[in-house]
Amino acid sequence: MTSAPVGGSPQRVGGIARVTGQQEYLADIHLPGEGHAKLVTLPVAHARLVAIDASVAEALPGVQFVMTPADLPDPIPRFGPQFNDRPVLAVGEALYHGEPVAAVVAETREIAEAAARLVRVEYEELPAAVTVAAALAADAPLVRDPKLRPDDALASTNVLREHRYTWGDVDTTTADLVVEHDYSFPMVTHFAIEPHAVIAAPDDDGIAVWSSIQHPNWLQRILAQVLGLPLAKVRVHAPDPGGAFGGKQHAKYEPLVAFMARRAGRPVRLVLSLEETFQAVRRAAAEVHVRTGLMADGTIAFQDVAADYLIGAYADIADRVVGKGSYPGCGPYRVPAARIVARAVLSHTLPSTAFRGFGNPQVNWAVESNLTDGALALGLDPLELRLRNLARRGEAFIPFDTPADGDWQQAVHRAAELIDWFGPKPPGRGRGIAVGIKSGPTTGLSYATVRLLADGSIVVYAGTSDMGQGARTVFAQIAAQELGAPLDWITVVMGDTVVVPYDQQTSASRSTVLMGNAVLSACRDIQAKLRAMAARLHGLDESSIVVDAGVVRLPDRELSILDVLKPGLGRLGGEVVGNGEARKEAEPGHPLGGSAAFFEFNCTAVEAEVDRDTGDVTLTRYATVSDVGKAINPLQVRMQDEGAAIQGLGHTLMEHFIFDDGGRIRNLGAIDYRIPTSMDLPLEMISEIVENGDGPGPYGAKGMSEGAILCVSAAVAAAVRDATGAVIRDLPLSPERVWQALNEQSRVPEEVVR
Amino acid sequence: MTATVAITLRVNGRLRSIEVAPHRTLLDVLRDDIRLTGAKECCLVGECGACTVIVDGRTVDSCLVLAVEVDGGEVTTAEGLARDGTLTPLQQAFLDEGAVQCGFCIPGQVVSAHALLAENPDPTLEEIQEGLAGNLCRCGCYWQISDAVIAAARNDAR
Repeated sequence: MTSAPVGGSPQRVGGIARVTGQQEYLADIHLPGEGHAKLVTLPVAHARLVAIDASVAEALPGVQFVMTPADLPDPIPRFGPQFNDRPVLAVGEALYHGEPVAAVVAETREIAEAAARLVRVEYEELPAAVTVAAALAADAPLVRDPKLRPDDALASTNVLREHRYTWGDVDTTTADLVVEHDYSFPMVTHFAIEPHAVIAAPDDDGIAVWSSIQHPNWLQRILAQVLGLPLAKVRVHAPDPGGAFGGKQHAKYEPLVAFMARRAGRPVRLVLSLEETFQAVRRAAAEVHVRTGLMADGTIAFQDVAADYLIGAYADIADRVVGKGSYPGCGPYRVPAARIVARAVLSHTLPSTAFRGFGNPQVNWAVESNLTDGALALGLDPLELRLRNLARRGEAFIPFDTPADGDWQQAVHRAAELIDWFGPKPPGRGRGIAVGIKSGPTTGLSYATVRLLADGSIVVYAGTSDMGQGARTVFAQIAAQELGAPLDWITVVMGDTVVVPYDQQTSASRSTVLMGNAVLSACRDIQAKLRAMAARLHGLDESSIVVDAGVVRLPDRELSILDVLKPGLGRLGGEVVGNGEARKEAEPGHPLGGSAAFFEFNCTAVEAEVDRDTGDVTLTRYATVSDVGKAINPLQVRMQDEGAAIQGLGHTLMEHFIFDDGGRIRNLGAIDYRIPTSMDLPLEMISEIVENGDGPGPYGAKGMSEGAILCVSAAVAAAVRDATGAVIRDLPLSPERVWQALNEQSRVPEEVVR
Repeated sequence: MTATVAITLRVNGRLRSIEVAPHRTLLDVLRDDIRLTGAKECCLVGECGACTVIVDGRTVDSCLVLAVEVDGGEVTTAEGLARDGTLTPLQQAFLDEGAVQCGFCIPGQVVSAHALLAENPDPTLEEIQEGLAGNLCRCGCYWQISDAVIAAARNDAR
């Protein structure tokens, strides 16, 4: 091999299939004799369900049956990653626009769609709470039946949980300047280009489920629970998702389709439309109140943050998003006194879930914008204020958590440099800078198995989902590095719970670190076996042999792995199997259940200009710099950092769900809900990384891929403010909103003149 | 249920005679009848570009085209670009430049880019960005996709 596999950017594993249209995504899979399912939903957000009459629908030729709650176990099975609150089908009440109340199985998709329209649902529309204010009003309709949480002091409110993190004493800490503002972050949806899909099929005495899911093992557990099956009888096939971004972490309609397949006695497929996908996943909106105390020199005295996240009707993983996303809310700074109070507010909206950044972008937007505000009020450079307060390596900036694990100043200096922060500004342009931080996984468990076959080729089993981050490539690179096989001699197997060992989840940018370490340790297990083999073959002591990077070093010479493997395996051939494991144990007493495995740190610096006639924002220069420890695959790092930045421009500049008073989403679908296209990019985008080999993953890697989305909004808004003077504290910075802000600004002097 | 119409298409060079209901789209026929699943189903309103194919030299969103309208036509999908297992320079450039993350939009992107280069062998960045604006990529690989198109154009010029 010409260069080391790790640190290079080889062609993506699975790339050829993807550019030739051969890659099989979930909807491309067909099972013989399959039936087609369609969900029945109501055109309202909140309703009391009176009766369902499926007789007309079931009379339609080609319809097998209409599944209603009456056809499911009583009480209806409920499930969720945090609370068992989501029913397989709505029963008694429907709680959000798009919640399924019944579902059809038919011979074709067209028949299923036609039949779904013929299911008569008698219901009474009820008032819906779809904003934070409405959900917290004294007379708000309760989303969760208080009977479902009898011992909960919050049961008579729409607050699911309140998370409180404090240190120092905010109330007695004094400051030269207190900056206090309200910020809002919009409700946005993942819009993976692959709509969600599920196929379920009876599998002898068990069930097989195909899902475009990020966490096959977690789904297996949920299905086993609702169906009353042992884990070994639930086989989850998880083909590589066509984009996920957190939206495909947890079970949504898999339990329903599994029940339908069992009743149908044959495979049943449910491929959601994009509109139905919008109604299945979203990010929590948030209203954030920030009070920042600053000393005259820019030193942070205290941060007082109150964040209300608007989660949906069922918790999904949203309460964890609120708790974990708000926890590093004061940023990567030395903050002597802090109070963070974050509430998960239930509403009659579709359940919010994990979305790249996991609750951090919402608070980051507010706190970073407030810091810029404070810097300007004190007459300080916003960059200088950040550098003054930024935690240095080893500082316990969040008490009792992992100390700062990087030289974060490097990323900040570099980002500033990349947009020529101190250089003269072209006329009409403004600059903004912000930093973001996110806690990596707080617990984790990944197993990997690696098989070194008789010819030196390798099969890696790793239960990560390759949803675009390129995990297969990274694991193949690690195996190639350790065992010396060329990359095209390595197959990485994922996505089948019967074949692949357990992995806790593909989330929190963990896979390179946790699964990467598991693969590395499986390779090292093989190296140990090769060492024993070489010792036996050459009559040496094992301790005198080193296996490293595909080479077996004996005291007097070097052998290739094949030189040892072939004679070592002998005439029968066979293989050498290695097993690896990576764990991060829970820490009882820690507010999040465990400290951060690593931090993702990013600095984003932006130059912008604004069309004063239209309010249109053009980003003329955009720099994003992430501390990644070590880039095992620099190209994949860059793709993800730039992709995260562009995704962040979505919620910053254009994306938001619009609801009517009844809680119906008014902009369902790709025509009315816009995401960034190739025409919405900065004129120039530069992404760079900081590599100090200081992460806990293989070769010093840290997790990455979420960092670059964390502080996009605050950096862009600061640049817009610098360019125009317009201060906007509500996202997105749509042309309409920017134009309005500019207009209000220009009206002020006129009034003074009058 | 519905009367069908007999149509004949040449798809990726191969002649296909199909009985199709008049309301079925080209995308339906490609995916369900011919089982060529490279064209992807996403928005079904012609906004995302995941279903892009080439019909008689022009790119179309196959979700918006009725199959009967393509009777007698010539269709090229992502599966039909590589010949004898060899990637086109454009496809190879997508991999070399890192333009492929999840890959779900990529068949549509590759087809659009292929048609763009056929029409304009040496496009500028602006022409590429405008030409591919109808192909959404949520992974945000837009820069890498433009780089791939530019690299493929240079490769062809050589």
